[in-house]
Amino acid sequence: MDSRRHFIKSMSVIAASIAMMGSMHLANAADTIKVGILHSLSGTMAISETSLKDVALMTIAEINKNGGVLGKQLEPVVVDPASDWPLFATKARQLLSQDKVAVTFGCWTSVSRKSVLPVYKELNGLLFYPVQYEGEELEKNVFYTGAAPNQQAIPAVEYLLSKEGGGAKRFVLLGTDYVYPRTTNKILRAFLHSKGITDDNIIEEYTPFGHSDYQTIVANIKKFSTGGKTAVVSTINGDSNVPFYKELGNAGLKAKDVPVVAFSVGEEELRGVDTKPLVGHLAAWNYFMSIKNPTNTEFKKKWAAYAKSAKLPTADKPLTNDPMEATYIGINMWKQAVEKAKSTDTDKVIAAMGGQTFPAPGGFISTMDPKNHHLHKPVFIGEIKADGQFKVVWKTPGPVKAQPWSPYIVGNDKKPDEPEVK
Amino acid sequence: MLLNSLILKRHGLVAIMANRALPRMLMATLLVFSASAWALTNEEKIGLVTGENESRMAVLDQVVAKGDVDALPFLKLIIDDAIKIQGKDVVIVGDDATTDALTGTEVTLSDDAEDIVNNNRMGSELDASVAALNLLSKDAKVRLESAKALQGSEANASRLSLIQKVEETETDDKVKDMLGLVRASIQLTSEDKAMRLAAAETLAASANSGIKQMLSTRLAEGGETDPEVKAAIQDALKNIDRNLAMYERIGQMFTGISLGSILLLAALGLAVTYGLMGVINMAHGEMMMIGAYVTFLVQNFFLHYMPSYFQWYLLAAVPAAFVITGLVGIVLEKTVLRFLYGRPLETLLATWGVSLILMQAVRTIFGAQNVSVENPAWMSGGIEVAANLVLPYNRIFIIAFAVMVLVMIWLMLTKTRLGLFIRAVTQNRGMASCTGVNTSKVDALAFGLGSGIAGLAGVALSQIGNVGPALGQSYIVDSFMVVVVGGVGQLAGAVYAAMGVGILSKFLEGMAGAVLAKIFILVMVIIFIQKRPQGLFAFKGRSID
Repeated sequence: MDSRRHFIKSMSVIAASIAMMGSMHLANAADTIKVGILHSLSGTMAISETSLKDVALMTIAEINKNGGVLGKQLEPVVVDPASDWPLFATKARQLLSQDKVAVTFGCWTSVSRKSVLPVYKELNGLLFYPVQYEGEELEKNVFYTGAAPNQQAIPAVEYLLSKEGGGAKRFVLLGTDYVYPRTTNKILRAFLHSKGITDDNIIEEYTPFGHSDYQTIVANIKKFSTGGKTAVVSTINGDSNVPFYKELGNAGLKAKDVPVVAFSVGEEELRGVDTKPLVGHLAAWNYFMSIKNPTNTEFKKKWAAYAKSAKLPTADKPLTNDPMEATYIGINMWKQAVEKAKSTDTDKVIAAMGGQTFPAPGGFISTMDPKNHHLHKPVFIGEIKADGQFKVVWKTPGPVKAQPWSPYIVGNDKKPDEPEVK
Repeated sequence: MLLNSLILKRHGLVAIMANRALPRMLMATLLVFSASAWALTNEEKIGLVTGENESRMAVLDQVVAKGDVDALPFLKLIIDDAIKIQGKDVVIVGDDATTDALTGTEVTLSDDAEDIVNNNRMGSELDASVAALNLLSKDAKVRLESAKALQGSEANASRLSLIQKVEETETDDKVKDMLGLVRASIQLTSEDKAMRLAAAETLAASANSGIKQMLSTRLAEGGETDPEVKAAIQDALKNIDRNLAMYERIGQMFTGISLGSILLLAALGLAVTYGLMGVINMAHGEMMMIGAYVTFLVQNFFLHYMPSYFQWYLLAAVPAAFVITGLVGIVLEKTVLRFLYGRPLETLLATWGVSLILMQAVRTIFGAQNVSVENPAWMSGGIEVAANLVLPYNRIFIIAFAVMVLVMIWLMLTKTRLGLFIRAVTQNRGMASCTGVNTSKVDALAFGLGSGIAGLAGVALSQIGNVGPALGQSYIVDSFMVVVVGGVGQLAGAVYAAMGVGILSKFLEGMAGAVLAKIFILVMVIIFIQKRPQGLFAFKGRSID
């Protein structure tokens, strides 16, 4: 009897405290704006996406310290879709309908973006996508703060074709097997055709996500390269890059013989790879950590301080990269747009986003295109140095306007440069 | 400062030699050296580091054509990124001081000093120029290295006279042959038809993929118009192809064996736990993962406490991984498996559950992200068998490691008392027990052995792939495949199956790509098992049920 009474008593205490917590939660909710962060924190993409989650938290903390948005604090809601594409859609739905976030910053792979798109369209949510991608998409509910193909892939291949880039005559298009590499390579193939490179001088190779044995592929590249000056365009994503670059180094495939230009490899992916044999291989981005300017110095300093205070495992060697910069720009622009719209309502914010500017760590003022939901970005091509950083060997004179519908794909010339409004 | 000291060193060397012999001649040499020590004019120095790459290369060509050996220190400074542009000055950034490259006076380095950007093209021209100038070295070894380096570089006519001069006086046959190839590759674009023909003939003798690339480029671009020379180049290409083909096959074989050795390592532990004991251990992959994480921990331990022995952390990781995963295996056997012997379905489910628990535990302790396990320096790079065949050290290490583990297990099972007990218990538990074998202890030890071997596989995997909580998942299917194809209860079967699957999948991958190869292999294994459920090698006897 006694024990049962005790049990009831303790249960009621627990129930009461849960209720109290709930009401506190509600009270909080009124004063904060919820912001969703949808990045893989486990699985094959965690190598790339974890730092995006952290930089988003850093930016949100910074905004909160400066008074928040519309006088309200931002409350980050972090979920882990675990490199599992359908789970991205589930988590996105949870963020929108359960947590009622005002905006989501997230996704890296295009397949994850494609999988959440229907959710954002259906529930009229707002997604900021911070990674370079293949284009061929323009959605009202998405702002693309990474590069479109003409802001990364096309200039990079142009550079490889040029005398300075080695004057490549043959190309290996190597990627992970999903929508981004396949579409990018389709565009690149059409582009190479326009430059007079025929199909027998191009090979395309795909590997599954998480592939870790690149012996055959590297041997194939070596063999192919004996037929003429060859360059490799890598759209390998995620942690497969580590064994790929290890194999490149071990097999003695030097950059001056066969340069490899990568679109998804930055400072973060090269962490833990011995970069000495990789010196001279290339990456094309809109930002490199090594770029010298006061905004970037400040950005790097902020990141290092945050990594230290948040006790991130990477704090002893804090690295910044392009998608981190794009996340940082995206959150700040969203804040400016909310303040301009004086509301977090999706449609009002979308209307206020066009034309927003922000001084980017890349050294230029980033401008959101008034219509096409993409940033105007400068393009940099960097060579890997022995310390894992990149030295810029080529850049555009200024920001380039994005062309989400690549002119190299038939039929794209008729598509409007702004999202369809239904 | 740095330059000065370099020159001082050279003088010092000369002085030492002088003391040994002919002091007078020495004095003369010294004088010549000091006169030519700054052979690069200021204009040349500025030309080398500023302006467009095109004009920089022109200056570089001039310097090489002159055979100006004294330009070497300055060129090396450019390659090492030790030279910066500060306003209008060219400065040399040393370890302790910055000096003006033109006047030699000390200056302070400002923050906005700009690096010189040497892209791949400029970088390889610089390297080739240094190599060309080093051909004038007295040291045959240096000349050999330089000739090697020049072989891989772009043909550049301005180096021709220098190379010809060295070739004439060269005494080392190896260097001479290499220089002949370099010279021929330059002459391939000569105006003189006879020279081009001769060049094509010389090049035909090589087995070098770089030269093949050059020849095909010459042929493809419409660079070569003369039909006779064209035919000669085609002949040369055919010749080179023949020379290369053998190495290509060796290379393909090697990658197959390498994959096979990894599969074998992954499957060996399972060959013991599943093959001998009949336990369907779904947590086998997680044992490998634990082995890999142990390697990571040992690496960190060495990094923090014994950095000077860091290169050898792997040697310590091997026993550590074996012991720790072995203990985990014993605990697993004692707490879960021993209640489930003879109930394969429950074992399967229970070990699968254990595998999930282990993965989540690792995620909680180490985080969901991959951890970085560095290769020791002696495992990066490879043996260059031929220009188109490099055998990476880490792969060679893993093959040797797999052989070693295999031999050890074989010895253990056939030559030791424990091995005898294990075989006895797995063949006839009741009889073994009657003769006084402590079967439950043997079970635990055998399972520990199998798990320990999985841990060893984890050490090897940490050297070639990513170490993360899901590491085991990507190998569990392959491991079972190898054991089942090989035939349950047989070590030899596992070896043949691993090598067969490895070589076959590399062969298929070469033809159809990685994605299709994986599918083909799985389909083939399914068909194979339908036709021959007992595997490659089956126990002949009554004991198998």
